[in-house]
Amino acid sequence: MAEIRTRNPRPLSPHLQVYRLTMTMAMSILHRITGAALYFGTILFVWWLFAAATSRGFEALNSFFDTWFGQLMLFGYSWALIHHMLGGIRHLVWDTGRGLGPAEREFSAWATMVGSISLTVMVWILGLTLRG
Amino acid sequence: MTMRSPLSRVRGLGSAHSGTEHFLTQRMTAIANVPLVLFFVYLLVTLAGRSHAAVSATLSNSTTAIFLLAAILSVVIHMRIGMQIIIEDYVHHDGLKMSLMMANTFFSIAIGLCAGFAILKLNFGL
Repeated sequence: MAEIRTRNPRPLSPHLQVYRLTMTMAMSILHRITGAALYFGTILFVWWLFAAATSRGFEALNSFFDTWFGQLMLFGYSWALIHHMLGGIRHLVWDTGRGLGPAEREFSAWATMVGSISLTVMVWILGLTLRG
Repeated sequence: MTMRSPLSRVRGLGSAHSGTEHFLTQRMTAIANVPLVLFFVYLLVTLAGRSHAAVSATLSNSTTAIFLLAAILSVVIHMRIGMQIIIEDYVHHDGLKMSLMMANTFFSIAIGLCAGFAILKLNFGL
């Protein structure tokens, strides 16, 4: 990468804190946060797969997921997956040059937020009902 | 005093002509991730808290295993590029940036191999 080094540090563009928080901005930040969280969340997935494959520590992991913190973690994990997926679909639509107008992007921002929460709740209700 | 134009000096120092491939790969894996992750969410909500016997029975199904392997491959490629973008955005110290980029690649490969290994072990029972 080319780097221009000057003796006096040049002013940088203003960062997040100087702007009023908007819905599109919040969704942009959340997309990155959920992405990074899912990145490290893969450790949890591999841990669970290994416990299932070797049967060592599986019951301990299961009883952890049975606590309220464990349940919250699983719910949060599935929400992050769904939110990042909806945000990604929003980006794919933008890649075609559509949905970039002020009203459209505001609508899709709210749709991503409301959609991710309601889909996650629905998926868990469905999953727990199917299981009986 | 150089006779080269600023444009010719800056050429070759920029994207190294690899940016477009990352852009397209990120979109391709994003599209693949939609059905694969939905399948994973389905597994998550139906298997959470189930007994070891039930979980290993589901994961030893060939179709489930192939879908999970595909999901792991696509997710690992997608998350490596995603994390690289985050590093490029926030880390400006050359040495630290290169170390983190390398760690990112190692982590992504390790996750992919470990997950793949566990699924194969569940299916072939070695």
